This record gives sequence, structure tokens and C-alpha cells, in this order.
Amino acid sequence: MSTQSLHKRENELSKTETQLKILSNGIFQNGELPTFKEKLAETNQFPLQPKKLEILQINVGYMCNQVCSHCHVDAGPDRKEIMTRETMQQCLDVIKTTGAHTLDLTGGAPEMNPNFRWFVEEASKVGIKDFIVRSNLTIIEANKKYHDLPEFFKKHNVHVVSSMPHWTRGKTDKQRGEGVFNKSIEALKKLNAVGYGMPDSDLKLDLVYNPAGAFLPTNQASMEKDFKKALLEDFGIQFHNLFAITNLPISRFLEYLIASDNYEDYMYNLVEAFNPSAVSNVMCTNTISVSWDGWLYDCDFNQMLELKVASKVKHISEYNEDILNNRDIVISQHCYGCTAGAGSSCQGTVA
Amino acid sequence: MENTYYDPKDLKKFPKISEWSEELGAKFFDYYGKVFEEGALSAREKSLIALAVAHVVKCPYCIDAYTQDGLQRGITKEEMMEAVHAGAAIESGATLVHGVQMMKKYDKLSM
Repeated sequence: MSTQSLHKRENELSKTETQLKILSNGIFQNGELPTFKEKLAETNQFPLQPKKLEILQINVGYMCNQVCSHCHVDAGPDRKEIMTRETMQQCLDVIKTTGAHTLDLTGGAPEMNPNFRWFVEEASKVGIKDFIVRSNLTIIEANKKYHDLPEFFKKHNVHVVSSMPHWTRGKTDKQRGEGVFNKSIEALKKLNAVGYGMPDSDLKLDLVYNPAGAFLPTNQASMEKDFKKALLEDFGIQFHNLFAITNLPISRFLEYLIASDNYEDYMYNLVEAFNPSAVSNVMCTNTISVSWDGWLYDCDFNQMLELKVASKVKHISEYNEDILNNRDIVISQHCYGCTAGAGSSCQGTVA
Repeated sequence: MENTYYDPKDLKKFPKISEWSEELGAKFFDYYGKVFEEGALSAREKSLIALAVAHVVKCPYCIDAYTQDGLQRGITKEEMMEAVHAGAAIESGATLVHGVQMMKKYDKLSM
């Protein structure tokens, strides 16, 4: 596993044009597989349009303490894109007026943004119904200054959503890096200790499962059962829900697919698993994604492909929910990742 | 025509067998789908049985399919290898148990 981002390595795939070209050429250009647009049109679902906005997802920066091999953000310690306090203030202004019921902070490791705690404190005052922070767990163990994060999250009634690719050490470390499994287990114990993830606790702790390889996730409920049993029996750890998320063929996961000669088979699998009923609930229909520099996107994946919203309003500084809601969602072949099988979103399956 | 007997791409074309015999093809795929549903055995257990049988019948398509299926279900490589050994043990046992026939025949023919 590389310990540097595609950007740092100056890999060709760090350019979004290169990724978009790959996703449109080859099997999709020669007609072997239908494009996502063609597939949507088959079931009269093109153009894809938003429904009511429910989730405001804010990416506070691409810096991370980990360099996971499947990361769609291409995050890592070498990424310097960090949301400024000024942009955070613009976000807060929007949070105060939005109709969305969920605020979802992500990164990178959002906790590495120097203004993260101030932002959480301010945002929690607004009283939004569900306030999610996507924490990678190991950050809690990474440095003394992060050790009190479980208490901090508790104080602000933050809903913690964390990644955990498997309940065994081998698979977890292969995807996320050496030692990640043990640190994640320690962090989960600390979250449990302050009440997170315990049965009937209001302190929500959910886990995210991404397959560690070129395959799709299986049934979310049965996976949750397996995760719960293994983590409880082996480590005494409890959590609430498991979200099974499909890896989308972009960024470092795309790099892996190409390098391991799995790209075409993976795209075949995604297209074959296309589920028309997952389309209507796909997350871009109820989410706006904000980047570290304030640009607006249909989802975090489009953000990483630099596909801004197709709207007159493109930046948080000019945010207007009514105008934004009246847009067509920007799509490409990576979107097949969210419509495969039971569908996939940052909140797990959708169908 | 490919110059090999097996082509990984043929697995995706499996449903095409119905084109030359629609009724039997449909009946087979319907049966196949039902077999692997959750039942008295879990779908996970059936996936491991399928993987073991895939090795015993030496079907490269089935091995590809059920290795991927196992990964998707979170089945570990240790579980998969144990399933393969279970299949292999039965297969070698089936060979070896014929040794009794050989022994009986040997004894019958020997003075």
C-alpha cells in the first residue's frame, strides 16, 4: 500500500479529467456496456433530479492521518486542502436556515481541521436534528490532543459514523494500513465507555463497511449481524447500525481496479447489479455536498471528480436552496456504484 | 473461436443457455435461485457448500463466482479454505474407500 496520495505521487489519476475519460472510454464508448445516462433513460429516470433536501454534507478538508487504498477522496497526511474559518462561517449561515434535517461532516479526518472543534460547537448550537461526524476512529488514538474526542462528541451530541471494513485484523489493515485494526478497536472501546453505541443509548455510533477489494457488499442486515456478533464476542464492542457502502470506481479505488486488472469486471458487476428502484433514493437526490473551498456538488463523489452542481448557484457564498433544488444532477459511469444491488449512499443501502 | 476451452467471459453469458431451450433454461435458473435463498441453511452456509462443490467438480466458473460471492458475504479466506478441504477430503475419501473393493478383489483372487 502506498503511503502517499495520488496527488503527492503526481499520479495521472490525480487529474479528474483522466478519471472521467477512463469512465467514459473503452467498454462504455464501444457500446459493450450502456452509459449511466442510457441506463437511466431505459427506465425513464433521466434526467436525475433532486427531491427535498435532507442532508447537508460538508467536507472540511482532505487531510487525513490514514492513506486507505480505497479512498475516493485521495486523502492523506500530504493533502493540504483545509476549510478556512471564513468558509466555515459561510456554512454556519447556511446551517441556520437550511431545510435539511441532517448535517454531515466529513473529510479527510475532519478532526484535523484546526477549526473543527469551534465549528462543531457553533453548529451544534443551531440544533439540527441529526449531526454526524465521520470519524476514522484511529484519529482518536493518533495523538494526545485527540484523546478526548469521545467526550467532546458526547458533549455536543454528535452522531459518530466510523469506517470498519471487517471484524478481522488482516482485512482491515490491508485496506486501511498496518495497525489500523488495533487502534480502531481501542477507539471503539473508548466510544463505548462514554456511552456511544450502547443499546438504547441516544449517543449514536454507526459503522461503515466498504468491501476490501473488487467486489460488491452483500446484504446490509446480514453483514450487520455478523459484525455485531464478532465485535461483541471478540472485543466486547457494541454499535448501532452498519452501513454497507459500495466502493465507487474513482480516485484511489480506480487506481487499484486498474492496477489489479479488475476494472472491466468491476464495471460489469456494477452495471449488471443496476437496480432501477435504487435510483429514486440515491443520495444525490436529497444531499448537497460542500467542498473545503465552499463549492457545491451533488455528492462527495462528484466533489472528488470536480463535477460542480449544474445550477446558477455553485458556491456556499451564494447558497439558495430553492434555486439549487431546481437542477439536474450531474452523472457519469461512477454513479453505477450507488445504484448497484440494494443501492449505496453515505447512509448505507437505499432500496 | 478462442484457442482455450475456458474463457472467464463465458460466465457472464451463462443465461444464454436459455436461448436454445427457453423452458428448461428458465426452470433451471428458477430452481438455482431458490436453492440459494435463506432457508434451513443460511445463504452464507450455502455459499461455502457451493464453493466446496465447485472445487470438487473442478468448475473454474463456479470457483470464480463463489469466491467473489464469499468475499461479498464477508466470508474469510480461512473459512473458504476449510470448505475446500472439506470438499477435497470427501473426494479423496471417495477414492480411498474404493481401496476396500480393491482389497476384497485382491483377497478373492489370491490363494
